[in-house]
Amino acid sequence: MATSRADLPANAEASLLKVRDLHTWFELRQWGFLRVGAVHAVDGVNFTLERGEAVAFVGESGCGKSSLARTLLGLHRPTRGSVRFAGREMQSLSPAELKAYRAEVGYVQQDPYGALPPFLDVRRILAEPLIVHGIKDRQERERRIRAVLEEVRLSPAEEYLGKFPHMLSGGQQQRVVIARALILAPSMIIADEPVSMLDASVRVEILNLLRGIQARRELTLVFITHDLSTVRHFAERIFVMYAGQVVESAAVDELLDHPQHPYTQALLAAIADPDAANARRLREVPAGEPPSLIQPPTGCRFHPRCPHAMAGLCDRDDPPDFTPRENHLSACWLHR
Amino acid sequence: MIGARWREHWEELRRYPSALVGMAIIALLVGLSLYTVIAIPYSQALEKWRGGEPWQLHPVNAAPVWLDRLTGGREARTLIASSEDAEVEEVPFEGGRRLRIPLEVDYDYAGFPSELNLFLHAEGHPQRPFARLAWQTPDGREIALGGHRIGREDRISLSQDRALERRLGGLVPHVGLLADPEIEGEPQVLPGRYRLLLDAVVFDDTAGIDAELVLYGRVHGIAGTDHQRRDLSLALMWGTPVALAFGLLAAVGTTVTTLVIAAVGVWYRGWVDAVIQRLTEVNMILPLLPILVMVGTLYSTSIWLMLGVVVVLGIFSAGIKMYRAMLLPIREAPYIEAARAYGAGNLRIVMRYMIPRILPVLIPTFVTLIPTFVFLEASLAVLGLGDPVLPTWGKVLNDAQSQSALYNGYYYWVVSPAVLLMLTGLGFAMLGFALDRIFNPRLRSL
Ligand SMILES: Nc1ncnc2c1ncn2[C@@H]1O[C@H](COP(=O)(O)OP(=O)(O)O)[C@@H](O)[C@H]1O
Ligand code: SF4
Ligand SMILES: [Mg+2]
Repeated sequence: MATSRADLPANAEASLLKVRDLHTWFELRQWGFLRVGAVHAVDGVNFTLERGEAVAFVGESGCGKSSLARTLLGLHRPTRGSVRFAGREMQSLSPAELKAYRAEVGYVQQDPYGALPPFLDVRRILAEPLIVHGIKDRQERERRIRAVLEEVRLSPAEEYLGKFPHMLSGGQQQRVVIARALILAPSMIIADEPVSMLDASVRVEILNLLRGIQARRELTLVFITHDLSTVRHFAERIFVMYAGQVVESAAVDELLDHPQHPYTQALLAAIADPDAANARRLREVPAGEPPSLIQPPTGCRFHPRCPHAMAGLCDRDDPPDFTPRENHLSACWLHR
Repeated sequence: MIGARWREHWEELRRYPSALVGMAIIALLVGLSLYTVIAIPYSQALEKWRGGEPWQLHPVNAAPVWLDRLTGGREARTLIASSEDAEVEEVPFEGGRRLRIPLEVDYDYAGFPSELNLFLHAEGHPQRPFARLAWQTPDGREIALGGHRIGREDRISLSQDRALERRLGGLVPHVGLLADPEIEGEPQVLPGRYRLLLDAVVFDDTAGIDAELVLYGRVHGIAGTDHQRRDLSLALMWGTPVALAFGLLAAVGTTVTTLVIAAVGVWYRGWVDAVIQRLTEVNMILPLLPILVMVGTLYSTSIWLMLGVVVVLGIFSAGIKMYRAMLLPIREAPYIEAARAYGAGNLRIVMRYMIPRILPVLIPTFVTLIPTFVFLEASLAVLGLGDPVLPTWGKVLNDAQSQSALYNGYYYWVVSPAVLLMLTGLGFAMLGFALDRIFNPRLRSL
């Protein structure tokens, strides 16, 4: 079934992506039917992304970053809330429109080897999205495959077309994954920790490649990471997530230079720690237990670990977003 | 490009002698099958295997010739003396002719024939001709065999002639007529030229008599014959394509459908998976053989019906559980998630992304599955549920069993189909084990 972009009426003036009150919960069942609770992986998230903007979502492992990414990709159905893409509510898309939406959003996963079917060669891997979207002309497909391979710097393309994933290095595999995300000419790319499983030596290369493509194609890039140190170079805005919620957001320099939320401050302090070289790795996470997403702490989710927690307030009431500085949101009662 | 991968596997396969032997055996069986279906057309094979007329010049329960060669080669072959080759003397008289037909054989086998028959054929006679038969031995004796009125088609079973048997001192005619009278005790063949002299009176000026004297041997062809004189090589040869086709079709049918159903269950989960699982569990405790026996007894034993039942009952088999266990982690593979993210549909994900992933692992299982279905077909035939018309290895075994072949010493009757069955099992098993090592490298150390 061929679908065209015309199925999605684009409103060039509007923001590309508007997320309101988004919840994605995973129900926990016992014996297959008894509801015994839910993992609140995404629990009330709001943000707006403009066209051509690169943003980063940071937060410790398990805070719901991937769940948010998958919800935006339409891989999880949101429990509540709204995702509007180019002015259209995702929940109300027909199957044909949803398919067109999938061509609009590219996905770069964390594990490049796992992201590629091991039994297909590069040509076939890149042809699959085109076939799925009804491009029947072989030559047209071949042309687009070669073009996108050149774009991710796998050239000459001939050398890679016939290779199977296991014959490529990790960096080359991730370039194929990026090529696949680009081949349907999306307007947004979601990259979920795209370099965390690569050798340190190729990380910057891949990030530069993504950033370059994003700038040239004027893509909206959602870049998920738990490594704050690279964010400054690869994103314009940062969203800090904690326990399924966005707790702080601002432009990159503003947020890194003037962190407002105690969680962000703890994160940055961990990075700045001048101890041994691997101290950053060890203390990436602020002290204390990560919160349970099945029974999240009441009030501010950070209060059990927060050095500034105010009894009777933080443990009882959910802090709303405050604007302690211009264009800088932080959900903390300290800004009251 | 995908070819390169297969060439790699082929190179690897060539390093396993067992794989080469297995493939040689399979190639042999396939070659034999091709030769058979081309040389003996299907309809002709069925027609002949029905028995009767086409086999009347074959001995009953004769052993294969090579078996006799191995032990010295002195057993009797079938000898035929025909009036076409004989010098017929004709004496005309008023209203008819006298015919003297000498049917001669040179006999120098150590063993006696298994049977003696005379076929007479007289057409176009206004009145049935009359013939007097005499047996002349190399040492000059003449034994009268009595007179006969000859019909259009007559078969005179000399071996069954009880009166003659008494005259020969209690020896059955096919022994007594060829025995050396000088030797006491155990009768011995008197070698030399024997003649059956047929003195006939016909009541017509032109019409003749065709006569054929058959001294049936005790060995025949490369496979011997059965109780209905049928040449076993026909069934052994035709059994090959039937066995291979049955095994292959059953293996393909069950593997493919089982795989697809398992993948569908794994992909959709929920009630679809639950229904498939429960069906499998119920089906797994249903015994296949008794159901086949029931279908065969109550309905039909056509090999195609059996194939259908085997496939249908084979679908929800233990294989589903095995494939499910292999597919579950694949369902969660990032590349499947990526495929959903670029818009691939359910069908594409199941057929193009999940199933191909485990296909290489299944190839060895598939190869070793083929002979199990071949054996199943043979077992059904042995139980008397073989295809009613097709000659198969199992039906040869079934006949052998019903004729107490082993008790009667007709070992070849049981051994040759059994060897073919074992050869089939061996060939596929040897190839399958080698493939298993190649496609499932974890086994390599075992
Ligand atoms: N499909 C799922 N079913 C149930 N729980 C899930 C599922 N996906 C993620 N989770 C849970 O949701 C929480 C957030 O996970 P995730 O979004 O992967 O976090 P992150 O990407 O930030 O590490 C974790 O507790 C995880 O166990
Ligand atoms: S709201 Fe209270 S507990 Fe939460 S971060 Fe602010 S001070 Fe700490
Ligand atoms: Mg993650």
